Amino acid sequence: MDMGIDLPLIWAGIIGFGLMMYVIMDGFDLGIGILFPFVQDPGDRDTMVNTVAPVWDGNETWLVLGGAGLLAAFPIAYSVILSAAYLPIIAMLMGLICRGVAFEFRFKADEAHKPIWDRAFTGGSYVATFSQGVILGSFINGFSVTNGAYSGSPLDWLTPFGIFSGFGLIIAYALLGTTWLILKTESDLQTRMRSLARPIAFALLATIAVVSLWTPLAHPEISSRWFSFPNIVFFSPVPILVVLSTFAILWAVGRDTHALPFVLALILIFLGYTGLAISLWPNIVPPSISIWEAASPPQSLGFTLVGALFIIPFILIYTAWAYHVFRGKVKAGEGYH
Amino acid sequence: MSALDLARIQFGFTVSFHILFPAITIGLASYLAVLEGLWLATRDAVYRDLYHFWSKVFAINFAMGVVSGLVMAYEFGTNWSYFTAFAGGVTGPLLTYEVLTAFFLEAGFLGVMLFGWNKVGPGLHFFATLMVALGTLVSATWILASNSWMQTPQGFEIVNGRVVPVDWLKVIFNPSFPYRLTHMVLASFLSTGLFVGASAAWHLLRGRSSPPIRTMLSMAMWLVAALAPLQILVGDQHGLNTLKYQPAKIAAMEGHWQNTPGESVPLILFGWPDMAAETTRYALEIPYLGSLILTHSLDGVIPGLKEFKPEDRPDSTVVFWTFRIMVGLGMLMLALGAWSLWLRWKKDLFSSELFLRAALAMGPAGLIALLAGWVTTEMGRQPWVVYGIMRTKDAVSNHSALAITITLTAFIILYFAVFGMGVAYMMKVIAKGPDDDSGGGQPDPETDPHVRPARPLSAIKTPMDAPSFSNLRGE
Ligand code: HDD
Ligand code: HEM
Ligand code: HEM
Repeated sequence: MDMGIDLPLIWAGIIGFGLMMYVIMDGFDLGIGILFPFVQDPGDRDTMVNTVAPVWDGNETWLVLGGAGLLAAFPIAYSVILSAAYLPIIAMLMGLICRGVAFEFRFKADEAHKPIWDRAFTGGSYVATFSQGVILGSFINGFSVTNGAYSGSPLDWLTPFGIFSGFGLIIAYALLGTTWLILKTESDLQTRMRSLARPIAFALLATIAVVSLWTPLAHPEISSRWFSFPNIVFFSPVPILVVLSTFAILWAVGRDTHALPFVLALILIFLGYTGLAISLWPNIVPPSISIWEAASPPQSLGFTLVGALFIIPFILIYTAWAYHVFRGKVKAGEGYH
Repeated sequence: MSALDLARIQFGFTVSFHILFPAITIGLASYLAVLEGLWLATRDAVYRDLYHFWSKVFAINFAMGVVSGLVMAYEFGTNWSYFTAFAGGVTGPLLTYEVLTAFFLEAGFLGVMLFGWNKVGPGLHFFATLMVALGTLVSATWILASNSWMQTPQGFEIVNGRVVPVDWLKVIFNPSFPYRLTHMVLASFLSTGLFVGASAAWHLLRGRSSPPIRTMLSMAMWLVAALAPLQILVGDQHGLNTLKYQPAKIAAMEGHWQNTPGESVPLILFGWPDMAAETTRYALEIPYLGSLILTHSLDGVIPGLKEFKPEDRPDSTVVFWTFRIMVGLGMLMLALGAWSLWLRWKKDLFSSELFLRAALAMGPAGLIALLAGWVTTEMGRQPWVVYGIMRTKDAVSNHSALAITITLTAFIILYFAVFGMGVAYMMKVIAKGPDDDSGGGQPDPETDPHVRPARPLSAIKTPMDAPSFSNLRGE
């Protein structure tokens, strides 16, 4: 910091980037589990899982980076948030365990066992997503903190807003899942996804609208952030773009487009994410601890920053390469080797 | 039980499950790299078949390693929030480097390694395998730097009640790190070697003596014969290092309570350290040997447990025994390795039934020794979480005992169910053996049966022996 570089600010940016990568990448991945109940055909289910089989581990690694980065850069935030959200975090981890192993096990299981792993995959995806939504909701609501440690009850996250966020995130990931499958599959399965994408996009728009009204009503500081002048001028493109991209998705899924719906869904999620960042900035433990108060010593931030700035570009390159190797449609009955 | 005890049990339970998978991952990844290298160099189909066979086992094991590891990364915050708030400035950056340099490397190249045999050229595929193997070793390096710093902390200051790193080289290359890293990587290789060797022995005992199975046993036994003695040497050096930096741990491991003036330290072979009575009951002692092993001289002495305040003593009853389990198994590994060399010389390696039974019985020995070693290290560090700096009781989050009881129960049920099934699937794959799908030649998408819809063939090819878990049985 003496060098005039605002290390906590840069770190907030890196962690924000990591979490966004997570939401996008594991989002479509979890979305596939969320969509399982709507697809019964075993062949189609295999195809769905195969679209992500070579990449799911990398997708989940962004969550590990988010956690480790938070621990490295903002240990106070890490310790407060993880103890406040203890139960939903454990639930999320258990959900991720079930779906992570189901990926590998369902292809190894005999026919009699396979439905068990399909259920573990679906159940795990729902539980993990719902828990993430609940954690997000309780994050927006804020945590009670005394002397730098969490001082609320074990059930503080259990609020109507938290539950609502849980369902909201399921819808968001479902949209990512459908549009990803439009991109990666063909014929019947793709048609099915096109018809599913419409109601889901509407539902997501409604969810975003409710969150956008609920948070300013419940939190005056968020309301003044958005609705004071001149902020309102700078921020108004966000909601406008949200509406536009939702309608663009509805339009695109009805045409013979393959990649466009997914790209638009990514934009939509990105906008929602930006909206949240605007509301909460610069707190890392809302409502009171800012990124500067929660930051690690500069020696820790600087040491880790060197690595992050140097290595993340390589990670992005070889991740892109892996997606490139497995590009194109995944055909029914096709197995990778 | 107190919330502290429950939090410790929860952490110990989840990390003990976790470490079993990485140990096999570390060993198998390097084994696969060697197999693929040999295949490319010799074009001997045995190596390619073994590669495909063990990569199936690897895939299942890796998935379990990842999901159980995910739990660990978050448990630091959920269970030990005061520890992370205090020392996150050191452990956080180390974990972040692990994610950046190791986890992404493994994950990024894993897809190509497991599914890319026909999608990229042989050179690129081999590169992917090498990157995955490298990733596992880099991962071990960072996490052990972190753990070793907690054992032998240095290179930091405490400012406003928080750890501030001042010299990262000192933090990473702390006194116990080189020993712990070497000892752990050797332990992983030994565990994998014994596991692979036992799989081969199992098939040989059933009369399946094909070239791949013989190659498996031979490679595994070379490894055990070479690494078991090395591990014992490294373990001895590790012990000397611990004596220097954590003398209370060594006293507890040896059940050594006090020195009698003018006498050397005996080695207690067996006994029952009694923490309340401050003595080791029923001790079977060998005079001088303790001094000889720990000070490498006949009359050297080491501090006894009584020299430490009662609240600073680790639980000797536990670590005395876990240490003996580890060392005992290490000696058995040495014996197995020597026996294999003798039989090899007599050209009897693949046919001595007694030896094959022993190799089979030793299959889990590596993992058991590894767990015993970790329990020795971790419980021997108690009552400190950062040795000499922060006590475990000050590290724990303020959860209620009820909340932890609920999550602990759920973890126990889930882990046994999920990982139990996973291990069962792994065993089923191994029981099929490497010969089962040796299709000859490089798998060809046009003719390879695994690429064709497999349902009509399911009588011959059960889904179990698909070349990868992504083999489809769609229409
Ligand atoms: C990077 C850190 C780290 C690593 C690599 C390990 N541990 Fe550890 N372990 C801890 C960090 C830690 C800890 C967070 O520091 C704990 C919690 C309380 C404590 O004192 O240490 C702990 C406690 C702890 C306990 C409970 C001890 C007690 O409370 O008396 C057991 C049984 C283990 N560990 C076992 C293991 C095993 C089997 C490991 C193999 C991977 C392992 N630990 C690796
Ligand atoms: C308490 C300490 C530990 C934590 C917090 C931890 C954390 C993790 C995490 C989060 C993962 C999953 C990464 C991914 O998504 O790919 C993982 C996997 C792994 N861990 Fe651990 N780990 C611990 C102990 C250890 C130890 C002691 C070793 C080895 C010496 C080790 C070696 C590995 C390896 C090689 C992997 C990747 C391979 C696999 O998943 O099986 N870990 N660990
Ligand atoms: C037979 C001779 C052996 C000796 C003398 C020995 C010595 C030691 C010592 C002194 C420690 C504790 C270090 C500390 O906490 O500071 C240790 C830990 C450990 N041992 Fe061994 N060991 C032996 C064999 C083995 C074998 C065969 C394995 C597994 C295959 C093994 C795996 C481990 C592991 C995983 C740890 C914990 C990590 C560490 O601290 O290095 N050891 N060993």
